[in-house]
Amino acid sequence: MDFFLLSLVKAGVVAAVLLTTLAYLQWVERKVIAHIQLRMGPSRVGPHGLLQPLADVIKLITKEDLIPPHVNKFLYLLAPFLAMTMALISISIIPFGGEIEVFGTKTWMQLTDLNIGVLFILAASSMGVYGIALAGWASNNKYALLGGLRSSAQMISYELPMSLAIAAPLLLLNTLSLREIVQMQSGYAFGIVPRWSVFQGPFPQVISFFVFLIAGFAETNRIPFDLPEAENELVAGFHTEYSSMKFAAFFMAEYANMITIAAMTTILFLGGWHPIFPAAYGADFVAPLIFAIAAGVCFYHGLHPARRFDRITLPVFGFVFAAMAAAFLIPALHDALIPLFWFAAKTGFLLFVFIWIRGTLPRFRYDQLMNFAWKFLFPVALINLLVTGLMVALF
Amino acid sequence: METFSFYAFAVLVLGGAILTITRRSAVHSAISLIVSLVGVAGLYLLQQAEFLFAVQIVLYIGGIMVLFLFVIMLVNLDEAAKERQFNGQWLIALICATVVGLQVAWFMTKGAGALKLAQVPVAAAQTGAPVSPGNVEAIADVLFSEYLLPFEVASVLLLVAVVGSVVMAKKRI
Repeated sequence: MDFFLLSLVKAGVVAAVLLTTLAYLQWVERKVIAHIQLRMGPSRVGPHGLLQPLADVIKLITKEDLIPPHVNKFLYLLAPFLAMTMALISISIIPFGGEIEVFGTKTWMQLTDLNIGVLFILAASSMGVYGIALAGWASNNKYALLGGLRSSAQMISYELPMSLAIAAPLLLLNTLSLREIVQMQSGYAFGIVPRWSVFQGPFPQVISFFVFLIAGFAETNRIPFDLPEAENELVAGFHTEYSSMKFAAFFMAEYANMITIAAMTTILFLGGWHPIFPAAYGADFVAPLIFAIAAGVCFYHGLHPARRFDRITLPVFGFVFAAMAAAFLIPALHDALIPLFWFAAKTGFLLFVFIWIRGTLPRFRYDQLMNFAWKFLFPVALINLLVTGLMVALF
Repeated sequence: METFSFYAFAVLVLGGAILTITRRSAVHSAISLIVSLVGVAGLYLLQQAEFLFAVQIVLYIGGIMVLFLFVIMLVNLDEAAKERQFNGQWLIALICATVVGLQVAWFMTKGAGALKLAQVPVAAAQTGAPVSPGNVEAIADVLFSEYLLPFEVASVLLLVAVVGSVVMAKKRI
């Protein structure tokens, strides 16, 4: 009973947090892109557009759910949910933190730990291709079909360098379970350099880190690899014929995949929930400090007479941030929140990089995309794997 | 629970296989084949061969079948579906299938003792033996020591196929 109830509560919490993050990631993306392009971004619905995701969801749910007459009905309906299921299923084995004690029950901050965790993530992401490929085919539309074809070709091509990039740190870490992968990266060389895969000897995995990240961009169909939905060539690509919540399902799948890639990069290369420098040098105070500064900034701007529009929202957020800063200092919550903070900080930074690159780089041409995968990324990943294997065998 | 799962996956495998050869649309056939392969992956999982399960999904479902689907979508098969099917030799096929089926059944009944590969973890779990190091390590140990030569022969065979396909596809190299 205990185990069942605990799993249910954990699954509920993770699902709620994940879906909220998915919705607000879109708000963050629109805001960041807007500021890169010197615009304001969403600002009408709620203060600073903070209720925009809610408005979007209401709009998408209440829109007419149109099924075009010439589609293959079964596959057309199956495709968006296949894409979303396979995107969301990966989160079930991501470890967010270490072991914690809640009301006397010890539990891991992870839904479940598989001894084939890394392979499971690869399997789920490779099944996700079908959502897009079948959507393109079932729509019975030439633009959708071209988008689906491009997407499946791109995903197969970039899966190879991605798998090779994953294999190299696994040689150092010697396990497939995500929890053990993070545990293997604990500790500090020379007392200060974290023993993450990117820094760990005998061969630091910097190259495979970048290969994994680039392949991750391609796997999630993000700019500069968003050929499958290139709007100036293919209208909207594989989801041209979709409307309402089925259209939203593809978007949620894309953002969920982004989160999975960012979390996997954190776990495989950046040491999961371990802090960037030892707690002996005060790593535990980074989180409260950041939130305290955020609270201070909010109070200053909220109480400034020139910003009358924000005189309620910013102080409210100031109080929220101040409360969070205080929460990090409570000893009972300390053990649970600090690892969570580091994990979220690293994942969040990588998600910001995703958005940053979208605001910076133009789209590849199709032949450039394929040449890049097969003639550059694949050999680099292969050589990196060979060198890593050699170094591990020698030292 | 395990028996129920077995029958559920068996239905997936057999149902998918039957649909694969009876559907007239090539895309539907490919999707039925995927369903069948998912069932096989599930059966691996029931046998506690989680590595095979993952590899089955990554390679067969996520790799090979995507390529199948890719080619089927590129080639216009609508005309082919309307034409007469190449199933005139069903009598010979039926005889072959019956012979192979009898063979399998005969070996299943005569050589039941030889099929102990999959039962090892179950037996170990019942006798309270120490937990095995895991399916991945076990497969790697066997593959890179006992079966190294067949493994390398198989990889050379695959390389030959790759080179052959490049030679056939390109007129001038």
